[in-house]
Amino acid sequence: MPFIPVILWTDALIYLLLALIALFVWYVRGRPHLVAPWRRVAQSKSGMVAATVLAAYLLVGLLDSVHFRLPLEGNAAERAYSVEALSVFDVLAKPLRTRVEKTYSAPLAAYLFAKETIELPDGREIRDYPRLKYGAANLRDPGKERVEDITRRVLYSLFLAALAWLVVAAALVWLVAKRRRRVFSETARALWRGESEIPWIAILVTLGILMLFAFPVSALSMNYHVFGTDKVGQDVLYLALKSIRTGLIIGTLTTLVMLPFALAMGIMAGYFRGWVDDGIQYFYTTLSSIPDVLLIAAAVLMMQVFMDTHPQLFPTITERADFRLLFLCIILGVTSWTSLCRLLRGEALKLRELEYIQAAHAFGVSHLRIMIRHILPNVMHIVLITVVLSFSGLVLAEAVLTYVGVGVDPSMISFGTMINSARLEMAREPIVWWSLLAAFLFMFMLVLAANLFADAVRDAFDPRVRIATKLITVEETKNAKA
Amino acid sequence: MISYIIRRIAYAIPILIGVNIITFALFFVVNTPDDIARMQLGAKRVTPEAISKWKQDHGYDRPLLFNASAEGASKLSDTIFYRKSVKMFAFDFGPADDGRDIAYEIKTRIGPSLAIAVPVFLIGLLVEITFALLIALFRATYIDFWSVVLCVAMMSISGLFYIISGQYVVSKLWNLVPISGFDFGLDTFKFVILPVMVGVIAGIGSGTRWYRTIFLEEINKDYVRTARAKGLSEIRVLFKHVLKNAMIPILTGVVVVIPLLFLGSLITESFFGIPGLGSYTIDAISSQDFAVVRAMVFIGSVFYIIGLILTDISYTMVDPRVRLE
Repeated sequence: MPFIPVILWTDALIYLLLALIALFVWYVRGRPHLVAPWRRVAQSKSGMVAATVLAAYLLVGLLDSVHFRLPLEGNAAERAYSVEALSVFDVLAKPLRTRVEKTYSAPLAAYLFAKETIELPDGREIRDYPRLKYGAANLRDPGKERVEDITRRVLYSLFLAALAWLVVAAALVWLVAKRRRRVFSETARALWRGESEIPWIAILVTLGILMLFAFPVSALSMNYHVFGTDKVGQDVLYLALKSIRTGLIIGTLTTLVMLPFALAMGIMAGYFRGWVDDGIQYFYTTLSSIPDVLLIAAAVLMMQVFMDTHPQLFPTITERADFRLLFLCIILGVTSWTSLCRLLRGEALKLRELEYIQAAHAFGVSHLRIMIRHILPNVMHIVLITVVLSFSGLVLAEAVLTYVGVGVDPSMISFGTMINSARLEMAREPIVWWSLLAAFLFMFMLVLAANLFADAVRDAFDPRVRIATKLITVEETKNAKA
Repeated sequence: MISYIIRRIAYAIPILIGVNIITFALFFVVNTPDDIARMQLGAKRVTPEAISKWKQDHGYDRPLLFNASAEGASKLSDTIFYRKSVKMFAFDFGPADDGRDIAYEIKTRIGPSLAIAVPVFLIGLLVEITFALLIALFRATYIDFWSVVLCVAMMSISGLFYIISGQYVVSKLWNLVPISGFDFGLDTFKFVILPVMVGVIAGIGSGTRWYRTIFLEEINKDYVRTARAKGLSEIRVLFKHVLKNAMIPILTGVVVVIPLLFLGSLITESFFGIPGLGSYTIDAISSQDFAVVRAMVFIGSVFYIIGLILTDISYTMVDPRVRLE
């Protein structure tokens, strides 16, 4: 075999999550009452713009979640495999990953950021900024040619981006036209005027803007370090893109891990009441009364001791870092499940008094079946809203926890480790601003998109919000008429 | 009311016992004191003598729960559980791993913590509620829409960004205040103003949006319509009626936080070099001083429970319909 597949713990859970989502989609498809709120999400302009951005992040994250080990160079008979687990993304971004400079260099620079002693061909030594090994290496005289070279590449890639966007847009119009059984040009005009249920035009514009950035950046990154390099000369763009997977995993797996507990305990407490309720309430009040950061810190410290005393369990650095990431998700889940559990308990308390549950009792349906068939589907909207709303908070929390020293493993690339290692660079003179900026920028985009999407989901699923907004619009139209 | 409070305090005791057992399990059962000693001493090859000396120095050289070799009552009291966990109920935290008294450290560090946390809390609350009321005044207009967008954008920015850029712009570029540090007396203001400003700005986004939803929920109620029908101006309706009635949901979120102010803010304090409880905790975490972390966990939960009780009491103050029985 040309490679050995490696399935890390977090990878496996990501696949599980994808399978669950696919199952959920398949389940919802045939049921109009379940499709309705999703249709409202799809109609929200900001929601779909955010979803487009999130999809781009997701793509990078998923590509980065398929790991394998490549064979080392050598004879084919006894093939040895590298201990380093690479992902599909690593292979795609090989130029970014492998072209490591000596130390800092500014974005798009041709020279190193620090002066060094350079030996001239005639044997003399001078102190100057040495040329980068890879950045702008194709140019003979960067001082003159660099700007021109960059402009040429950007313009060319912008042209390509426009071309690609046109192809995508045409394909979309064609699909919509086929569904509506209309002519292509007529559909195109209708979409341009915004006559569609799903705001396609907003999605296309977002996609266009994303492409306008992505194409030039990837074209330039073939010959430059677009976001510069960090202290050990690694390309900052590569680090930022790698951080996406860590952020996504913390945001999603944490809820996946805590969901079974929160669901089971919340529904049981509300449904059975009595001593079960007391016990579960006592349990979650106790847990939630410990301040989150301290509980996480205590747990992570203990896990570090455990990992130090049991090194044989973690053969490679990647696995060790991955285990730590998984543990962080679990402990973050422990601190965040209590609020969901409380909500579910309240809802189950309400639901159990309703007629259809009473009827189920009268028919002799078992407790377990009532909880699974009748209560669980009716609290799912709360679960969904909580899950989507907590995502962005978790991504932000990762950075803070890593700064405190109880976040992800230092060897794991994440927004937190990037910020943490770049924070002292602000004190340098002149300052090194690019790695901080890149980390904050990528994180900001992700969290902003997640927040906007979460708002769209909440507006579509929360009956209370729906009524409130409806009332407002009715009121405002009345005011406007008056 | 007094009997209610007494009952609530009585109910807090089993919770504190639970917290105590959780921390005990985390710190001593998952990893034995031997593991911790080996970790503290650092090297891979540590002699058993070094470990037992470390355990003796830090009081970990006893059995966990039951000391069979002791006499009488000290069979139970001469154990790690009693000495390290039960004693916390008397706020006797013992010495930290570096030998200094934890209770004394906490006492001296509460002041600087509060010097940051209280202004951030009060100014933040005032600013957020004012903004939220203003947005509610312009609801369903472009001002409302763009303010909400701005809020979402502001809450999407990492808190670390506010701190780092604040320090860079205000302290380094403009040279207005020192980058970090703390001093008592008149100088306090100089050191405190930047962290407070950063703290307030970092919270504006989420706070304003949260209060806005609360106000909008109130605005749709019947009594507001009545107030308008009486011919009151919109501003009067908002500030006199809506604000007062929105106090319950506001208090739910706010009062719980007040006791936690004593714990300080981990990140702000460590970035600005303020010798408060937050930076104490961070230092303890990075030097793996378990005794301090354990003490802070316990104090944190005590404060949290006080906050819950205060929340209940505050309800009766703003809403005469609520009676605590």
